[in-house]
Amino acid sequence: MSEAKVASLVHYLERSASRFPDRFAVVGPDDRALTYSELNAAAGRVAAFLASRRVSPGDRAGLLVPKSVEAVAAIWGIMKARAAYVPIDWKTPAERARSILTDCDTRAVFVHASALETVTGCEPPRATIVVLGAAPGAVLPEGAVRWEEAVANEFPDLPAAVRTRDELAYILYTSGSTGKPKGVMLSHGNALSFVDWCSEVFEPNEEDRFSNHAPFHFDLSVLDLYVSIKHGASVHLIDDETGKNPKQLAAFAERRRITIWYSTPSILHLMTSLGNLRQGDYSHLRTVLFAGEVFPVKHLRELKRIWSKPVCYNLYGPTETNVCTYSRIPETVPEERADPYPIGWACSHCQALVLDTDNRPAGPGAEGVLYIAGESVFQGYWNRPVEEQKAFLTIDGARWYCTGDVVVEDPEHGFIYIGRRDRMVKRRGYRIELDDIECALYRHPRIREAAVVSATANGEVRIGAYLSVAEDPKPGILEMKMFCAKQLPSYMNPDLFTFVGALPRTSTNKVDYTTLMKQLQGNH
Amino acid sequence: MEENSVNIQDIREVLRQFILTEFLPGESSNNLQDDTPLRTSGVLDSMATLKLVSFVESRFGIEVEAHEAGIENFDRIADIATLVTAKQTG
Repeated sequence: MSEAKVASLVHYLERSASRFPDRFAVVGPDDRALTYSELNAAAGRVAAFLASRRVSPGDRAGLLVPKSVEAVAAIWGIMKARAAYVPIDWKTPAERARSILTDCDTRAVFVHASALETVTGCEPPRATIVVLGAAPGAVLPEGAVRWEEAVANEFPDLPAAVRTRDELAYILYTSGSTGKPKGVMLSHGNALSFVDWCSEVFEPNEEDRFSNHAPFHFDLSVLDLYVSIKHGASVHLIDDETGKNPKQLAAFAERRRITIWYSTPSILHLMTSLGNLRQGDYSHLRTVLFAGEVFPVKHLRELKRIWSKPVCYNLYGPTETNVCTYSRIPETVPEERADPYPIGWACSHCQALVLDTDNRPAGPGAEGVLYIAGESVFQGYWNRPVEEQKAFLTIDGARWYCTGDVVVEDPEHGFIYIGRRDRMVKRRGYRIELDDIECALYRHPRIREAAVVSATANGEVRIGAYLSVAEDPKPGILEMKMFCAKQLPSYMNPDLFTFVGALPRTSTNKVDYTTLMKQLQGNH
Repeated sequence: MEENSVNIQDIREVLRQFILTEFLPGESSNNLQDDTPLRTSGVLDSMATLKLVSFVESRFGIEVEAHEAGIENFDRIADIATLVTAKQTG
């Protein structure tokens, strides 16, 4: 059954609110839940508040909050106000958060009380600050408003006609090559094309209960948050602490009777190896989705042995396209299989093309870089015209996004993922530009040279930093680790720090990364 | 204290060696003090802490509950050793 295209994600919330007003839409980590009519009303009040603070269509609103039903209401409220939300890890170092808020010039920020200083330290100051989780009686800085006060007013639904598919829904910041994170701009049309593809393939209904493991700044959350709402299902938020604890995760999936689970392979592996999954009742679970990194087949086999009933899908796609290829994992993973499963064929809302180094079609069996075109392909990078131009290849007037991923087309099973073309690596589902880590290391006053490489062993990505100092004594490893923790998110902190007299160089005096990579590989 | 119970100083040493080998290869043991903050300073992230917790469980034959694996008990070697001792004698 096909239906007319809608203009905005907001339409799906409002439609579900009228069809299923009393069903639960979102359940928080603390078990508090909002029905569809409550979520829609709360979002309306957020939009009313933003309008009263002159947040206009096209503006950006930041979000630095842990997961809660209020955070979800804020997201919908921002979109109801026709602004774009910019989710930021509320535990990320203050400097990084501030550089994002400043880069996209947020007009409002929703922030948890514990991260308030991050936002108040911004120059120029962010116009409106809404504080969640403030203790009763706590004194807030000037210009900051408590969530409870902000959502006191009603707001009528905006007429659907004023919304268009090309309005930005959200901006997701990813690692950038110049050391500054870059904002991937995604429109309602981008998100909708992906959501509608999910409807087609996974056939959700109002009885479904979606997990939401990914943080909101990670594009996996788009499926959880919006596919659920479109179909009148419920989405179950998992907080940071539970999200990293295999036994708690296993208990969560059982207790909430999750029917559709979506996370990175690392998390699924954590659950199968340490979560005692065999002891739980997962009879409700019908679909398991994973994306963000390669699932080592050994670990996938363990998962399928325990969770044999649910259908598993491998989803692939960078933030710039969301999921663009997928493959269904067979019911049993053969004992002898050692290669990871392919990333499969392009989804119905995308087209895929594999080009060789001369930009000619590589053809089946030959390695090439994967390019993606279609409705889910992002609008561009916020304020980064040069990088935006480099990201696309125009063929016959159509824009093709260069994923930078090297693949091989297997005529029978689709695309097989080979690796990153450049120096981006993925760890725990996060994309890391190794150069960003080097930039951070160079900020240390005693470091003269820094080179960062990665190596994969037993399916685990390890990051090694090679350093030289201007003069002895060298800083300790502990000191370097603490220094990095102040500059970078934890998944970017190197595993290994090695001091050398001078970095190895190639004949053209460039850092010899090949030698360093071999060294790191040998260091296992 | 019982005859066969492990001395708290020995526990600290075992923890120090494990943390050095696993998370800080190349660091000298003098720099990792009993009171060096590990979690609050970002030296150990949640994944690393998980590894440390399962090491502690298997090495000392105790069970660490999820609520005990926070920064109260796992930020410093001294605190972990205290927890282990309490669990062993308790």
